[in-house]
Amino acid sequence: MHPLIKLVIQRLALGLLTLFVVSLVIFISIELLPGDVAQQVLGQSATPETLAAFRQKLGLDLPMHTRYLNWLGAILQGDLGTSLISGASITELLSERLYNTFFLAGFAALISVPLAVCLGVITALYRGTPLDRAINIVSLTAISVPEFFVAYILVFIFSVELAWFPSITNLSHDAGLGERLHRTFLPALTLTLIVTAHMMRMTRASLINLLALPYIEMARLKGASPARTIVRHALPNAIAPIVTVIAINLAYLIVGVVIVEVVFVYPGLGQLLVDSVSKRDFTVVQAACLIFSATYILFNLASDLISIASNPRLMHRK
Amino acid sequence: MHAALHEIRKIPPTALFGMLVITLYIIVAVFAPILAPYGESEIVAYEFEPWSSEYWLGTDSLGRDMATRMIYGARNTIGIALITTLLAFFIGCVAAFLSATLQGWVDQVISRAVDVVISIPTLIFALLLLTILGTSVYSLIGVIALIYSTFVFRIARAVAMGIVVMDYVEAARIRGEGLWWVMSREILPNAAPPLVAEFGLRFCFVFLTISGLSFLGLGIQPPAADWGSMVRENASLITFGDLTPLIPASAIGLLTVAVNFIVDWMLHKASGLKD
Amino acid sequence: MTLKLLNGSIGRRGFLAGSAAAVGLAHMPLPLRAQAQKGGTFRLSVNQGGTTDTLNPAEANGSQQIMVGWALRNNLTEIGSDNALHPELATSWSSDDAATWIFQLRQGVTFHNGKSLSPEDVIASLNLHRGEDSTSGAKSLLAGVTDISAEGDSAVRITLDAPNADFPFILSDYHFQIMPVGADGLLDMSGVGTGGYTLADWNPGIKTVLQRNPDYWKENAAHFDTVEVLLISDSAAATTALVTGEIDAVQSAEYRTLSQLGRDENIAIESISGGFHPTFAMQSGVEPFNNRDVRLALKYGVDREALVDRVLRGHGTVANDHPIAPTMPYFDPSIEQRAYDPDRAKYHLTQAGLDNLSVSLSVSDSLFAGAVDAVTLYREHAAPAGIDVQVAREPGDGYWSDVWMKKPFFTGSWGARPVPDMIFATAYAQNADWNESQFNHDQFQQLMIAARSELDEAKRGQMYSDMQVILRDEGGSVIPFFRNFVYARRTGVAHSENVASNWSLDGYKAIERWWAV
Repeated sequence: MHPLIKLVIQRLALGLLTLFVVSLVIFISIELLPGDVAQQVLGQSATPETLAAFRQKLGLDLPMHTRYLNWLGAILQGDLGTSLISGASITELLSERLYNTFFLAGFAALISVPLAVCLGVITALYRGTPLDRAINIVSLTAISVPEFFVAYILVFIFSVELAWFPSITNLSHDAGLGERLHRTFLPALTLTLIVTAHMMRMTRASLINLLALPYIEMARLKGASPARTIVRHALPNAIAPIVTVIAINLAYLIVGVVIVEVVFVYPGLGQLLVDSVSKRDFTVVQAACLIFSATYILFNLASDLISIASNPRLMHRK
Repeated sequence: MHAALHEIRKIPPTALFGMLVITLYIIVAVFAPILAPYGESEIVAYEFEPWSSEYWLGTDSLGRDMATRMIYGARNTIGIALITTLLAFFIGCVAAFLSATLQGWVDQVISRAVDVVISIPTLIFALLLLTILGTSVYSLIGVIALIYSTFVFRIARAVAMGIVVMDYVEAARIRGEGLWWVMSREILPNAAPPLVAEFGLRFCFVFLTISGLSFLGLGIQPPAADWGSMVRENASLITFGDLTPLIPASAIGLLTVAVNFIVDWMLHKASGLKD
Repeated sequence: MTLKLLNGSIGRRGFLAGSAAAVGLAHMPLPLRAQAQKGGTFRLSVNQGGTTDTLNPAEANGSQQIMVGWALRNNLTEIGSDNALHPELATSWSSDDAATWIFQLRQGVTFHNGKSLSPEDVIASLNLHRGEDSTSGAKSLLAGVTDISAEGDSAVRITLDAPNADFPFILSDYHFQIMPVGADGLLDMSGVGTGGYTLADWNPGIKTVLQRNPDYWKENAAHFDTVEVLLISDSAAATTALVTGEIDAVQSAEYRTLSQLGRDENIAIESISGGFHPTFAMQSGVEPFNNRDVRLALKYGVDREALVDRVLRGHGTVANDHPIAPTMPYFDPSIEQRAYDPDRAKYHLTQAGLDNLSVSLSVSDSLFAGAVDAVTLYREHAAPAGIDVQVAREPGDGYWSDVWMKKPFFTGSWGARPVPDMIFATAYAQNADWNESQFNHDQFQQLMIAARSELDEAKRGQMYSDMQVILRDEGGSVIPFFRNFVYARRTGVAHSENVASNWSLDGYKAIERWWAV
């Protein structure tokens, strides 16, 4: 069997194991959190009597391991279950939000990844020049501002002052692609500003790290232009760290956008997850976390595969 | 003496600027109680006083002196960020180099454990841990360092994987050098540049994580001042064109730029490029 | 003695239930609502709730559920824009002894599905909150009810285990919405009600769309054609959306941007005084709070005026360590207001045999806007008296289960109640589940029970005045202020000259009370 295929199969199997451990970690964490669903839903109006009735209704009076095994049994049969609080089907609850989350992440990634790599190459090429410094200062400033603040500034400029884009997304079910892009532009721009600098800086650093190596010197001595040297000779060898940092940022775009969702009232998974954690709605938290974990594991696998494929030494190791 | 002067003259102006800024920040942080005109949480006037000779940067929403809060904020913020980042890099790098050098089941166990932590959304994981552990400064540092160490691990491992297959590492192993020696003498110096770049950014991300946590009601305990929370407290004023939140935000921004200018210079030196 | 409380169909210039009623009022013309017109869309943002919110009123605990619930359904009684009790699905009520109550149901009212309102619907809807298996947050409010039965075809009889002259007020609570019994004999909680709006799209946590019910029984109500309820939890985002015209009203306006918001001529800010108040509650059975002098020292150590000025930007009134707000019936304005007096606080500390005192006060941002600021200021106020109040900011997550009533000294938060007995019985009675300050006072307890069946208004008023004094001087809670409801609307929507002060957004009933201009 080709070593790469073997690796993929091995990693997918390990991925399933990871998902299992994640579900266990999440389950235990939620058990350790103060309060349970009953207390969180009833809030200040909780009395011992009402709590007992509530717990019995939801089966929370069963022992911990029984509840976990029941949930695991269902999930192995492909049943994500129902929300503890509303009793609504989790598949239904998640599907639209999942789509929204991927839509926004995809939108932001389409802008930010090409932009970051290009800027990284340009700054490595013109390192030390005013252009390099200007790009670095702008991107570093963007990255050093808290994301909600970036969002507020963009809202101030593009919604309040210019009135070009709406300040909250407020999507209706039947919105067309054009309207969707218009309404999600500001959140996507916010995310772009947040992730671009990180990817760009890593691209630049990895490239510069290679420029003094003998084979690059060789290419230069052979008379290759600086741009050609970087794009044709340095970039392929810098792929591993660049792809790793891109994978981290893509995963972040899907998993970590809670605050941007809150500020733009964007109905994605992150907000649902925070809601569900604070209500201790364990089944919903589990489902959302498993989706996030699976996403991360796949991105991670893909970035490792690309790294290996790009490095012959790793590809053909003894 | 002359040699030292010569060295300094060789430093590019951007890096000198970075050093100057960082030195200033450190002085402010260390001598905060002497420099600050008022007490950290002292209420000195009405809320939102304009800038004046008495209140250099005006007063905040409770009538506390903004300049004083900024000065004490330097102390709290930089201290916490530095300790957290160092801790995260220590944990992350040791784990990554062990993984890369030993490979096999050690690599699998550590990598999968990191996968578990990193695949749980950062804010959610921090929320879970901080709610369980309580919100003291120590648990804040510990939790953020733990989460960040997983990101450091990913990058350090990717870089180290490329290094351990190099001939000189192979040679060192054949010579019979110990594991720690290989990690600290062979891998670390060669992996340093991308890690230094990552350090420059992670250091500044700590402020952002703390302010993100204050979005969820966690973070540093009041009345202690920290820049991240000061941005959060005043952030909504910006939608009316009020510039107050820009003060702590630019303090963070300036530090980020300064740190990364130095990082750039170090990268350049490490690369051995002469231009 | 006979207690006869009768209410006819009355408009917003109504009267307090409990006063002698005139049946003839039923035929009085409805007061004109200034140019209330039909039509338009109303988009409002609420800030409490989540994706997993249900339409089950027993589980309602946030503004999203309450406002949508009240657009879809009615109660038996309601608090009107004038803050008085009004009939809703009950047209009148009466009791001979304040322990057995007969509620006459409104005739000719139908649910959205065409079923007409019957006593069975009312009985099933109220029983949702009773009995051992009930998981209702309002279970304790109906704990004194021993029986609910039909009285003919158009009335319901409710029997209490002890007299309670304020019982009709209790039924105006947002939990007690009336729903139809379905063909299967179970309550239909899908959103079918008798209210002014029908449910077009229930998408909690995001956006809920409501359509006007053309057959609504209530006159001069439900003016908008369509209503959208958006959940926006970030107050800055909500404010901006209001400024840019994405929404027409916000449930809560941030204090720190109020002055900027006020400069916008398209926006009107409402600041409505009410009974919403925080408490700095001590476990008064525990050291050091079991010493009356320590409690008094902590009460003298807070500068209430400064808190109202700084934390609330003036949108509130100082409180006097008891929960009866000036807007509530039986508030006694003659009781001397406690002032900030660090020397006096120091004196009480010395009386308690202490030189100084260090306590940790738990608080969370999630309680109300400015909660942490209030405690931070309290720390500064108390310092000159030798009291060190450490600010313990707790996460909002888990506050009610792990901090509230668990820590020795913590911040509580209480909504407005229409009558004193409802807050006394909930938070200050000897065996109340939510007696957060472990208040244990025999004389107070006796007065509280006696007042429930006291039908002489003057005597009743004196009793409530005495109880306010007892709480002020003996109680275990520092109650610094009553907070206004501060919310904002675009001037494209209007309301009548009064707005209710029991909740934000016109008592959470802006959907049926406001109109587009």
